[in-house]
This record gives sequence, structure tokens and C-alpha cells, in this order.
Amino acid sequence: MELQAVLMAAGGGSRMMDLTYNTPKPLLPVGNKPLIWYPLNLLERVGFEEVIVITTKEVQKMISTDPKVKLDVKMKLDLVCIQEDADMGTADALRHIQQKVKTDVLVVSCDLITDAALHEVVDLFRAHNATLSMLMSKAHEFTETVPGQKGKKKTGEQRDFVGVDGTGKRLLFMANEADLDEGVVIRKSIMRKHPRMHIKTGLVDAHLYCLKKSVVDFLADNKSISSIRGELVPYLVRKQFSKSTNSPKVIDETHQNLKKNDKIQISSRDEELLHLTQERSCWNDHRGDMSDAYHGGRLRCYVHIMDEGICYRVNTLAAYIEANRLAPKLFDEPAVHPSAVVSERCLIGADSIIGASCQISDKTSIKRSTIGVSTTVREKVKVTNSIIMHGVTIEEGCNIQGSVICSNAVIGRGADIKYCLVGSAQRIEPDGENPKLQARSLYFPYTQSPQPSIHPHPPPLPPTPPNSYKLKAQHSKRAQFKDSP
Amino acid sequence: SGLGMFSTIICGFLSPLVVKRLPEHVQVDDPAVVKRLAKKLERQQIPLRSDYGYKVSLFSHLHQYSRKAPLTQLLSIPSTVIHPSIVRLGLQYSQGIVAGSNARSVALLHAFKQVIRDYTTPPNEELSRDLVNKLKPYISFLNQCRPLSASMGNAIKYIKKEISNIPSQCKEEEAKTKLLKCIDRYIEEKIVLAAKAISKYAIEKISDGDVILVYGCSSLVNHILCEAFEKSRKFRVIVVDSRPRLEGREALRRLVQRGISCTYVLISALSYILPEVSKVFLGAHALLANGYVMSRVGTSQIALVARTFNVPVLVCCETYKFCERVQTDSFVSNELDDPDDLMVTRKGKTQLENWQDVSSLGLLNLVYDVTPPDFVDLVITDLGMIPCTSVPVVLRVKNLDQ
Repeated sequence: MELQAVLMAAGGGSRMMDLTYNTPKPLLPVGNKPLIWYPLNLLERVGFEEVIVITTKEVQKMISTDPKVKLDVKMKLDLVCIQEDADMGTADALRHIQQKVKTDVLVVSCDLITDAALHEVVDLFRAHNATLSMLMSKAHEFTETVPGQKGKKKTGEQRDFVGVDGTGKRLLFMANEADLDEGVVIRKSIMRKHPRMHIKTGLVDAHLYCLKKSVVDFLADNKSISSIRGELVPYLVRKQFSKSTNSPKVIDETHQNLKKNDKIQISSRDEELLHLTQERSCWNDHRGDMSDAYHGGRLRCYVHIMDEGICYRVNTLAAYIEANRLAPKLFDEPAVHPSAVVSERCLIGADSIIGASCQISDKTSIKRSTIGVSTTVREKVKVTNSIIMHGVTIEEGCNIQGSVICSNAVIGRGADIKYCLVGSAQRIEPDGENPKLQARSLYFPYTQSPQPSIHPHPPPLPPTPPNSYKLKAQHSKRAQFKDSP
Repeated sequence: SGLGMFSTIICGFLSPLVVKRLPEHVQVDDPAVVKRLAKKLERQQIPLRSDYGYKVSLFSHLHQYSRKAPLTQLLSIPSTVIHPSIVRLGLQYSQGIVAGSNARSVALLHAFKQVIRDYTTPPNEELSRDLVNKLKPYISFLNQCRPLSASMGNAIKYIKKEISNIPSQCKEEEAKTKLLKCIDRYIEEKIVLAAKAISKYAIEKISDGDVILVYGCSSLVNHILCEAFEKSRKFRVIVVDSRPRLEGREALRRLVQRGISCTYVLISALSYILPEVSKVFLGAHALLANGYVMSRVGTSQIALVARTFNVPVLVCCETYKFCERVQTDSFVSNELDDPDDLMVTRKGKTQLENWQDVSSLGLLNLVYDVTPPDFVDLVITDLGMIPCTSVPVVLRVKNLDQ
């Protein structure tokens, strides 16, 4: 077996708590399919037959019991549960399943929606015998307005600096703005080997990694590393150029100690053949200096940067909304589910999706929206640019624009909702009993009556619920350990 | 040289009853052959790689693939049909990471060792027959990634013979260890020790004060020169290079790293530099049964001009690269590389970017050419120094041995 797929579905979605406090992130509906369906579909399309899914007990229960969550994949799913409150990072999770890992792994995050050609990433991993190979994409601007946003997009997202070589494939440098004090520091040893480096910002990390088995074994011995993206990847990128790596004993030292004696002999004889091949081959990955291919380095990290195509990580509200717009392009099911009861006198735009068992009544107009499973929409309702999740009831005469209505909510008669987010199982009373909700407010379970202001123009501050939490700028833990030169 | 009438004689040893079929990879313009190939690949569950771009009409009978469309995009990602080390090898061939006939053969044998190690005999099957059948789709796959070289063909023939000669009562573990040892011995004898023997003979031919001309990057010639330098011969080297591969840069780097003083020219400056040259050392991809030398495109030019200047031309080639094919021109059996390699981007502008849109333009990127034996003065092999016309004798002797 060449590669094992590992899907990380235990993350909390801490950057979109409005959506995930009730529904776990892997099961959030995007285009009426659970979010976890997209990476699973990607893996199935390229030919994987089994996937190890690391998730929480809650998600596992919902997958097996809830009929609305149909995963619809032919692959064999090996669900591994971890405690929700254990605060495990992605690398901790990988360490947890070390016994199941028998070959190199392909780690995917549950919130990745992409149509990338995975073979590009895996080909880099195979051809150059790389230790790490990852996928990144040029970031696209989000064009949809997001409920609850304070006008301009927060620049709280700190930039990632990614340095690649002239071919654009070899990963030389990776650092996050938060880790840097004053400027980008690049070691002289890297500059000497790769004098031409392209530093890119504005790239989205798809959180898709091909890792060698020796890295998983290395993680088992180094328990201080807890996040793949935050700690392991920068560590590996730095280790490419450290002096100790360029001597024969390398990162798989610990791995070799566990092997039996004859296996070490096999690997050393094969190493000789590989060395002979490289010696006789007239190929070099760089030119201009006197070093051999790869500068004699044994640890190599590669990245494939997508120029075109869809690649989103659904970890913020803005990404969630954008994904709902674009996700339907990834599968060919009909826009209106055959089991939905749609009256003839309603207007459904071509880019809307109606879920199963819906009831859409007369004189409704649905444009650029997603209507979830078992939702009831009564007469004279106008839904534009919105996301309605499962089991929602929308009474007559409502006007919903640019909003997100979470599952099992009830929107009373005549409500006029613009750019709002209505939490799960909430009731918006029929008109007359509460003022119109306007202008990007968030309507939360904790507040009994809405407190938006009724200014049509500059957006007000969203109401903060009593148990307030902040939308943290979430970054995985910084690298704590010292870098050994 | 190589141009003019192209008569093709495929059978080496003629007997009127034996009709050898033309290999499929030189009949791409015949739709019946292509269909047969497609059916064979489908049976073996290997995807068919489609040709790319406009092919010059004289070479339309050969495959022309694009490096940007690797065969792996049609395969499933955890490859189950083809062993992972063979997929890796195919990728390395098609991307040019493993290039040069010695390197390709060693890499092939290394991959076969992995395959043999991971092989288990299915019940009711014999290892000697089943393993050979298992290797067939892998060889088709590698052929699709990049056409097999003559040296690889000989190595595969050897392995298949060794596998079929395994007695049926032999246990699986024993058989596998035996095969692995055979492969190691083959590499040791035919490549490593052969290189040592050839260097020993070649060093006799290098005298102090020599100016040696080499072309492109031949692992054997580089090895010889480095050995000679270590034995304290005083000489300098002129490296001749050509586009689009520009392999001479790598040869230059390896020689200069050892301390040999080198000059670097492009092939267009050949007649300018030849008056200074005392000997020409050339590597070979294969030696054909009629004494022709098949090598990187440009070699025949070097040999021709060197003959005009009366400079001796010495070809260094191991015996495992001798093949029974006969060719008198470079058209019939050659390899077409990716035509996009000929595009050059200077100052952000690529002139040939839309070459496919120009109807009267075709890009041709040939890989090999054949040099007639009249231009070659000596062939240095591990069996000794022989004239070019003695190659059939060596082949006959080898066949008798086997």
C-alpha cells in the first residue's frame, strides 16, 4: 500500500462559533451536504478505498444515527474517536493513531473544499522522495457580505510568508507574521544554496499534507509538537537546511532503531543503489554552484500552489458563505431535490439548491440561496442570497436577504431579515412584536429579545450575548521549541 | 550522416522463415497497431498516455508526450495495480530526474528488487511463471512513461531469464533471496566493475598534455576522466553542450569539482574548437549489431567533424548495452521528447509560446542519433578495446555464453 488517508474531523470551528455551538463543524451543511462529505468525496474520486477519520464521539453518534447526515461514500471509514475536551492538536491526533499508520500518510482537514488535482501534490512527494508535500492556493477575495461583520474585513488575520525556489515547487521558508518580531529573517545557509527565492503572501494553506511514515514515528518520540500546521511543518521546513540533516544519520534514526537487523541491512544496500543512481544520473535540481542534486540534503519539502480552481477552508463565517455559493459546482446532482414539494407558482433561480423533503409554497422567490432538508417555506416569501439550514420554518410574507438561518429556526410572519445570522432553534416572532432586524446583526440564542438598532446605514455593533465569547483570531500554538542549527 | 535514404533492416540474423514484428512504439501512425496497444494496456489495467502536439511528418510514427500530462493523473492515488516503487520510477523517468542509460538501468533494477521483496506467490501458481506475468504490466507502464532504453531492455531480458530458471521445488523465500542476489551481481558486474575495467583501458589511451573533447553528460566518460585525473594524468577537457537538454553543464560541474581544468562550448562552436583537440571520448546509449553507435543527438555531428579534422574518436560502452537491433539512420527508431522544451523564456517573453496555433510550424525535439562505424576509431568495452565492426562478434560470444 502506498498511502493511507487520514481525515482530521475533530476540530471545533472556533472561528465560527455562531454556527458550530450547536452543530459540530464536520457536519455543517454546505450545499445541503455535510462539510465532511467534500474531503471524503475528493479522496474517493482519486481512488482511495479506505480512510481513517479522527473525530469526536458526538460526530460519530450523529453520523450513525441522524438520517439527515448521509455520508454517501463507498469507501471504508475507520472512525477513531478522541475526547472533545482533550484539546488535542492535529499532531497529537496523528500520534494517537500511530499504530494504525503502516505507510506514508495523506492528512486532510475536514473543512477543505477543493477541486484540486491531488496527483500534483502526490507526484512531488513520489518523484523527489520528499518528506513533506503540501497543497496551497492563491487566496480569492470573498465577495459576499457576512452577517455580523463590522463593515471592513478584519485585518486580524496575520499573514503567512511562504518562500519557494525558482521552480515554485520546493518549499524553502515558512513563517507566520505573528512569530516574527521585526522582519523576515532568512538564514545565510538557505540563501547560499538557493539564492533566488520567491516569497509569497496571500496564499491559503489547504491543510493537505503528504507525510512520510518516518515523520509519524518521529512525532511519537517528540511529544511537544502538537499541531501539524503550526509546529511540525515549519520544523520540517527549517530542518531541511540544518547541518545535522545533511549527514547520513537523519530524521529516521529513531525509526531505524526499531527495525530488525536484517531490515537495516536491506535499507543500506538499497541506499547504495539509490546513491549509485543519483551519481550516474545527469540531472540536478539547481545549477550555478558545485553541489550535487538537492545539495546533498536528505530532507525535502515541496509545495504545489494552485493558480486556478476552487480551494476553500471553511473555518470562518465568510468562508462558509462563499463555500455555499461555489460548492454546488463540485457535484452534479440536480438543484432541486426530487423529493421536494415545490409549488408551480414560485420562482426558483438557477443557482439555488432546494434540499430533500422541502415544501415551497406559492408566490415565493428564491434566488442564489440554499434551502436545507425538511424546510418549510410558506407563501409570498422572498429569499435572496441566503443560506437556510435544515428543518427551518419560514412563515408567510418574510423577506430574507443575505442571511444565514441555522437549523430548526422558525421565522415568524412578515419578518424582514437583512444580513443577519439567526442561531439554531430560534424563533423570530411575527411582525408587530419586534422591530425589523437589519443591517448585519447576529441574533443569538442567549438574547431573548433582539437588540439591533434600526439605522439603515452604518452597521451597528452586533449584540453581544451575556455569555460572550470573542471570535478569536485562531492560530495554532507557536513553535515552542528551539531550533537546532 | 544519418540522412538520405532510410532503409530499415530489422532482422539481425536472417532466416527466411523467421519474421520479426516491428515493435509497436515505432508504428504510432498505424491505427490498427495503436488499437492493439490500447487493448493490451486495457487488459493490463494501465492507462494509455495520449500524444501531444503536432508531430513533424517524418517522425509521425513515434510517440510524443508532454511532461505536463504525466501518466499518474489517470491512475488512482494509492496505486494498487502498479507497485508504488514502479510508479515512482515512472515519474522519475518522465520528469527526467533519472536520466542516462546507466542510471535508468540501476534505478529499474532497484525498483524490481522492491517488487520482488513485496511479492507473494498466489496459491496454485508457480513463482517462475507468475512473477514474470506480474512484471509485464509494470514494463508497459514504464514504457508509457518513457520509452525503454536498450540497456533497460537487456536488463529485463536477464531478469526474466533468471526468474524462469528458478526450479519449481524452490521455496519462495529462497527464490526471492536468489533473485535479489542475481540483481545485485548483475549491477556489480555489468555496471560497476565494467566501469572500472573500461577506465583501466581508457587511461592507457590518455597521455599527458592531451586535450580531450567530451559531449553532453555521459556517466561512464565522466568516470574515466575522474579516474585518469586521480592517476595523475595531465590533461584538460573541452565539454561540448547542446540545447535543449544542456546536459554538458552537469558534466562540467562534476569535472570541475574534481579539479580538472575545463572549457565549455556549445556545439555550434565545434569546428572552431576542434583544431585544439587531441582526442574525442564519447559515451553511448547502445551499440547496434551493424556497428552503429546510438547516442545522444549531436554525437554523430561530433564524430563527423572530428573525422574531418583527423581527430581520433573513442566510444566507451559497457557490453550490456549491446543490442541486436540494426539501424542505419536516425529516423526509424528514435525518441521524441516534449516539444515545449524548445521554448525559451528570456526577460519574461516566450517567443514560441503559441507555437501550436501557427499551422506551418512544428517543433521537433529528438533524443538520439546513430553514428556510422566509419567515424569511430575505437570502442572501449569491458572486454577490451575493439573496432566498431567487431560488435556482432561480441554479441555472438555473449549469446554462446548464455
